[in-house]
Amino acid sequence: MTVAADERVAHVGLARRLLIRPELGAVVGMVVVFAFFAAQSPVFRSPDGIANWLDPAATLGIMAVAVALLMIGGEFDLSAGVLTGTSGLILVTLATRFGFNVWLAMLVGLVVALAVGLANGLVVTRTKLPSFIVTLGTFLMLQGVNLGVTKAITGTVQVSGLRRASGFEGANTILAGTIQVGGTSFRVAILWWVLVTAVATWVLMRSKAGNWIFAVGGNEQAARAVGVPAARTKIALFMTTAFAAWLVGSILALRYTSVQANIGIGQEFIYIIAAVIGGCLLTGGYGSAIGAAIGAVIFGMADKGIVFLGWDADWFTFFLGGMLLLATLANRLVRRYAEEVRH
Amino acid sequence: MILETRGIGKTFGSVLALRDVSMGVAAGQVVCVLGDNGAGKSTLIKILAGVHQHDAGALLVDGAEVRFSSPRDALDRGIATVYQDLAMIPLMSVWRNFFLGSEPTKGLAFDVAKARRVAREELRAMGIDIRDVDQPVGTLSGGERQSVAIARAVHFGARVLILDEPTSALGVKQAGVVLRYIARARDRGLGVVFITHNPHHAYPVGDRFLLLNRGTSMGEYAKADITPQALTALMAGGAELEELAHELKRQ
Ligand SMILES: Nc1ncnc2c1ncn2[C@@H]1O[C@H](COP(=O)(O)OP(=O)(O)OP(=O)(O)O)[C@@H](O)[C@H]1O
Ligand SMILES: [Mg+2]
Repeated sequence: MTVAADERVAHVGLARRLLIRPELGAVVGMVVVFAFFAAQSPVFRSPDGIANWLDPAATLGIMAVAVALLMIGGEFDLSAGVLTGTSGLILVTLATRFGFNVWLAMLVGLVVALAVGLANGLVVTRTKLPSFIVTLGTFLMLQGVNLGVTKAITGTVQVSGLRRASGFEGANTILAGTIQVGGTSFRVAILWWVLVTAVATWVLMRSKAGNWIFAVGGNEQAARAVGVPAARTKIALFMTTAFAAWLVGSILALRYTSVQANIGIGQEFIYIIAAVIGGCLLTGGYGSAIGAAIGAVIFGMADKGIVFLGWDADWFTFFLGGMLLLATLANRLVRRYAEEVRH
Repeated sequence: MILETRGIGKTFGSVLALRDVSMGVAAGQVVCVLGDNGAGKSTLIKILAGVHQHDAGALLVDGAEVRFSSPRDALDRGIATVYQDLAMIPLMSVWRNFFLGSEPTKGLAFDVAKARRVAREELRAMGIDIRDVDQPVGTLSGGERQSVAIARAVHFGARVLILDEPTSALGVKQAGVVLRYIARARDRGLGVVFITHNPHHAYPVGDRFLLLNRGTSMGEYAKADITPQALTALMAGGAELEELAHELKRQ
């Protein structure tokens, strides 16, 4: 009886193990979207085209991966988008108005961003309020601060002139430069994105912390009962998201050398959408970092692909909404199948 | 005796949940705690597990009086509790659940290969027939889930295993599976405190039977001193059952 059962599992197990991967839906989606645009636009599938759509995928991807970890841990961060703006504004303001070296200005931005993440985490874990509400509060407060302080200092709604600051060249090369691969220049942000995805995947799948992240998102009470430091895990996740926001904010500020005070607003939902397309459940406890990165690729391909095809850019949100619905349905089917296969 | 209570009591505000209950469990012994709804079974085991603190009587571990400050405190002394629902994360795999909170490490990394292997071996050693440790715990049956939780407690060096109604939500066959693992844990030298309100589950596996009614002990019996019929009758309050039978009889 045992032997027969084991043999049965060998078949079902392999199929199920492939299907149960949270990123399956995203991989299929990526292939379909690529095929769709590549078939109609030779530019889209050329190296230059690829470099072009990988760029928005990279900056979004860094955020989507961090947000995915947080969502697997059972929480949301609506302040992540504006926090990229806050980090960039601190960088440019300190470097251009207060004579800070760019690296020092970035360090200050990092400290502030981590403090915001810590505050989000502390309030959520102490009060047990839904993070959706807590970080909505942070979001609105940061939005106000970004605009208010920028206006007070510059009299306008943007700060610019980062190029003239000391230390700009070095920081720009590392965070916002390009690298040549076979005659095509790729944004260096793509490397940061790959690095962030790799580290996040390792943490999730191969570290104690990863086990805790799945556990606090899956059933916080049960996790705590076996000794998982649930509050610390969640606070670390909020700070990880804040770190990613600082990284992306700095990359964008260095690239454009100026920052609009209203930048990042609305992006928080794009991060969540990319994470969900990548297989994260809104209820927590399930998802993948690679999936979120692939979600960002789909986003980047659609964003640029629509332009390559000469369509009106307004179609982009329609496309995005469709992808989100399809992905959510696919995730549900996959998970239901995975859970239904019983022995 | 590993774990012992002497005249232990607990009140919640004005509710006298438990009064003057004495019991003990030794290594390799199964003590069944029986009683009707609200008899105080859960209150008793929550004191043993460190969830509640007693406010009368004494709690002893290895003969020395103790007071647990938290479930972790009890766990560190080798007293592990398996709750019906609070045990596992449904979407996580069996091996991830098995080591949750006590992950083996290799350098900085969670030693995933070892976790898989040990989980599989431990489950097999307990005779638990889970063929794929990668499957999510949510896909296991209720009995299998209880069994994994028991194997987990055994692996992490529990000396006393407390089970709060592990069989109450299970069918006959599944309950039998769990009872078998209780016996297996006992054979490995653990003391087991098994809470149930089903004498048919208690009698085959139990060595001693503590009967609770409205927060007080109605006595602790060794298996030799009581028949299954007497146990059932005591539990249900034999007279009341006869009365009920009479009441339900067709007119
Ligand atoms: N935290 C609490 N606060 C107030 N009263 C409580 C509390 N916990 C238990 N009680 C009361 O103590 C009494 C014993 O409850 P307990 O949960 O120990 O019963 P039980 O034997 O486990 O019952 P069941 O078979 O229904 O699980 C009940 O009257 C209950 O209402
Ligand atoms: Mg109870």
